[in-house]
Amino acid sequence: MSRIDAALAHLGSLDELAARDTPAARLDARAKVVATVAFVAVVASFGRLELFRLAPLALYPLALAALGDVPFRPLALRIALASPFALGVAALEPFLDRVTVFVLGGHAVTGGVLAFATILAKFALSLGAALVLVATTGFDAVCAALERLGAPRVLVAQLALTYRYLFVLADEAARTVRGYELRAPAGRPDLRTATALIGQLLVRALARAERVHAAMRCRGFDGRLRLRRSARPGGHDLAFALGVAALLVVARAVDVPRVLEGVLTGRGG
Amino acid sequence: MSDALVSPAVGGALWAAAAGTCAVAARRVERHGDERLVPLMGVLGAFVFACQMVNFAIPGTGSSGHLGGGLLLSILLGPDAALLALTSVLLVQALFFADGGLLALGCNVVNLGLFTSYLAYPLVFRPIAGAAPSRRRLIAACLAAGVVGLQLGAFGVVLETWASGISSLPFRSFVMLMLPIHLAIGVVEGVATAAVVLVVRRARPELAACAAGGGPRSLRSLRPVVVGLALAAVFTGGVGSWFASSRPDGLEWATAHAAQGEVAAQGGLHDVLARAQRAVALLPDYDFRAAAASEESAAPPRPAWPAPRVGTSVSGLLGAALTLALVALAIGGLRLLRRKSRPTR
Repeated sequence: MSRIDAALAHLGSLDELAARDTPAARLDARAKVVATVAFVAVVASFGRLELFRLAPLALYPLALAALGDVPFRPLALRIALASPFALGVAALEPFLDRVTVFVLGGHAVTGGVLAFATILAKFALSLGAALVLVATTGFDAVCAALERLGAPRVLVAQLALTYRYLFVLADEAARTVRGYELRAPAGRPDLRTATALIGQLLVRALARAERVHAAMRCRGFDGRLRLRRSARPGGHDLAFALGVAALLVVARAVDVPRVLEGVLTGRGG
Repeated sequence: MSDALVSPAVGGALWAAAAGTCAVAARRVERHGDERLVPLMGVLGAFVFACQMVNFAIPGTGSSGHLGGGLLLSILLGPDAALLALTSVLLVQALFFADGGLLALGCNVVNLGLFTSYLAYPLVFRPIAGAAPSRRRLIAACLAAGVVGLQLGAFGVVLETWASGISSLPFRSFVMLMLPIHLAIGVVEGVATAAVVLVVRRARPELAACAAGGGPRSLRSLRPVVVGLALAAVFTGGVGSWFASSRPDGLEWATAHAAQGEVAAQGGLHDVLARAQRAVALLPDYDFRAAAASEESAAPPRPAWPAPRVGTSVSGLLGAALTLALVALAIGGLRLLRRKSRPTR
């Protein structure tokens, strides 16, 4: 309950961030969507012990956030709030893989510990990239980009409408739950009460869908949702795409940390 | 399913499967041509979020749960529209709620959407419920479909994790962990879905009737599953193996980097996969990660790198710290530039 409340407040704040005029917001939405998906794929392509090689990839979400004037602290907080799931997934690793990989300051670091850290780093990077994408683009623009990239029109309309009514229906659910909590002596409803509440919500949602449809018909809806489209891509978009491509290729093909270490220690990588 | 657990090959294959299935479903919804469905799907997609906010106590366990909503959407909208609605819910969750992730989106659409909408609903729910189900039949149908859908989904998660080889959880114990838990979740999901449908049927009988009627189309609605699974297979064989062959260790090996702990971490799944891959390979001289690594361990260590014995070297840590320092420096500079160029108010 409180988790969804917090998430919704966060959702609204992300869209507000995207509404500002920043260099990152002016970039073509399609370029950002494709870049983010490619970024996530490259992050995932590293093996379970390749923690250090993920380091150069931190540049992409951080640079896009900096270009979009997205404050870092709320982002970090959001990632930390979502991390229990990743922690739960990774928590068993240290117990399953006890082979020592290296020794650091007298402590043996096992493969499991390294894998644990790698899973968390991958989680933070991919979630960070997704959050920055929305905070610099806005959800409607992401939908429009998806449509122009060839996603089925029904699916895009579905996405846009789901997002639009998310706030309305979540508010309604929050009011319903609050109403119950004020009248009920002990916390959570049982299954029977909960399904009655959900059923009520559903009946109201269905009625709302009918009203929404009538309103859309009044405005000439013909089965197709028209989303705002951005202008043609320009030089900045090309530079952005090339920059991201260069970063991803270099991070993938070259072991940047080891090369840098070689330069620093004079051993040669 | 989460990004952190999925390899690009598995994530990509399931993305292809999910995209193919969504395309078929979208075409069928468009051909159906009922524009009333567009706002209805949108509002019901948002409703799935809303009903996840209503937590209820699960009897006998002391824990609480909420309705997943996949089965409910299938009953209300039919499989095609339900899959699209669920896909949009999952994408919004991946982008805003940090559930799942972009790469794992394909896996989640298959686990939570495709299995419920195209297998559990037409093959389990509809035959049991029939055209105009009685109260008891409806509950039985929901219960069975909820259990089947969640068992398939849980097994999908295990298979995908195992095939990705990121987590070192053994396959058997992961199955033994996931399936019983999801049996319980499936029972709760089924009972709660049935109860909600019954509430709606009491309040708005005409809606429940339209939801239940749609005719037995179980064979026709299997087509998206076939399309999706075929795409997954083709993709795994084609692009997937390209991805896999461009995996770090193949590349690293090619550039003759001495590997430290990585060698120790190989084996198990990757060996099995490599053997299977070689047995059914489209490209016979395809080089898989584990094979590369084992050859690597046999080869003498490179003289340029000082004695990389497993268990002694911290190589990479210093470099990673240096890389991060450089990244921080670049970002700091960028932010400083932005602050200067920002209009003063």
